[in-house]
Amino acid sequence: MRFYEYEAKAVLAKRGVPVARGGVAHSPDEAERIAREVGGEVVLKSQVLTGGRMKAGGVQFASTPEEARAHADAILRLEINGQSPRGVLVEAKSPVKKEFYAGVIYDAVAKLPVAIFSDMGGIDIEQVAEEHPEHVARAHFSTFQPFQEFRMKELVASLGVSGNELGALTRVMSKLAQTFLAHGLTLAEINPLAQLEDGSFIALDSHLDMEDEARDGQAALLAELGIGKEETRQARPPTPFEIRGAEVDASDHRGVAGRVVEFDGNLGCVIGAGGGSLTIFDALRKHGGRPANYCEIGGNPSVKKACGLTKLILSKPGVEKICVIMNVVSNTRVDIVARGVIKGVVESGYDPAEKIAIFRIPGSWEDEGFKILEKYGVDYCDRTVPMSEAARRAVEKVKAGA
Amino acid sequence: MATHEGSGMFIRVEVGEPLASDAESAKRLAGICPVDIFAAAPEGVGIVDENLDECILCGLCLAVGPAGAVRIIKLYDNNAPLEA
Ligand code: SF4
Repeated sequence: MRFYEYEAKAVLAKRGVPVARGGVAHSPDEAERIAREVGGEVVLKSQVLTGGRMKAGGVQFASTPEEARAHADAILRLEINGQSPRGVLVEAKSPVKKEFYAGVIYDAVAKLPVAIFSDMGGIDIEQVAEEHPEHVARAHFSTFQPFQEFRMKELVASLGVSGNELGALTRVMSKLAQTFLAHGLTLAEINPLAQLEDGSFIALDSHLDMEDEARDGQAALLAELGIGKEETRQARPPTPFEIRGAEVDASDHRGVAGRVVEFDGNLGCVIGAGGGSLTIFDALRKHGGRPANYCEIGGNPSVKKACGLTKLILSKPGVEKICVIMNVVSNTRVDIVARGVIKGVVESGYDPAEKIAIFRIPGSWEDEGFKILEKYGVDYCDRTVPMSEAARRAVEKVKAGA
Repeated sequence: MATHEGSGMFIRVEVGEPLASDAESAKRLAGICPVDIFAAAPEGVGIVDENLDECILCGLCLAVGPAGAVRIIKLYDNNAPLEA
């Protein structure tokens, strides 16, 4: 999940990374008040979870509080890539001498976080890496060992930075890396990280992404930032269907049964999880199926949760049947999911034998699960039937209206 | 909340006397069930109906009283009782 810039800066400031004076305004009045408090020239930035703010007119400068008010009024009305702004960030305009880049991402190949530093900030790091690779330095660090600041010092120094700048940039990189570790982030980026005319450093723009799975562990931070469980923060605002999916998932701490993404097909998907869901979704499409939704189940959700998810999917207009498919499960009980799904179908007023096109979840407690499926006449298959074949059968049934 | 017995869609739970009316046993059952199917009610063992289908068939409750005092019935399996 992505944070707005003002939230990211609040997180970084709390961890000791310098940010500009200012605050987020939700009305022109508020923007004027903040600009007056900050004093001098200010920058106003639209708070949206998308790029292209500058080009769209979502970033403006103001010399007076009155001008800040007028700009805020315009920015708050401005839709950027289909998103209305959450607010407008009003900050003191900083006298910038030089721009750097500081970032931390998770390297899935090395299975370690990697800190990235560049002395060319203010542009996309991907572009710098391609055009000026000698200006980008990287250093992996451990998630288990105590954090070692000297790794960041080596990183910054590797681009020829020395003296006071080396000390200051090492501190910022270290705080950024520790923020990444402390809050379950998948991306922590300051770009540009500006050196001001007085030699100090400040985060001019920042982007933080949190691992979805970290949300429960970060409940205190999210509450402090006012981010509710219903806020999924995906690439587009969630639909009411997706919000209800998040509510189902949040209704019980056991396992996952949610992460719903809405599509316009006729085949409801109770599928899981992560890579498995993607594989199944692709298989359904490959066989000409029209999925009504994407979702993830796994980690042994409770019966209530699997039931809630099934009811939600069946409530979507146009859903003719559902398919229940997972890879071989070891940490999810087949019988518990079978109970939840069948209960959801029955409570929705349907016959499980008719409504469930295929149930293909092999694994823990499958014998018990298969007894339940047999009792309700549900077509099921075991691990000898590949997920792709199960997907094909489901698609065929929907097409045949059988 | 019914007392002493309850049926979900998949699971039925029965607690026989004298265990059912014994406050100490009620407390032990309420404490031992990982999915909160039992409650310690003033009149003895209470059954939390809405949790019945969450039964994970762990069998922990079967050991609280003598054999047969607590019965977990699998309604989807020809009413087969859970074996201790
Ligand atoms: S078998 Fe386990 S889960 Fe089921 S009622 Fe007994 S203690 Fe609870």
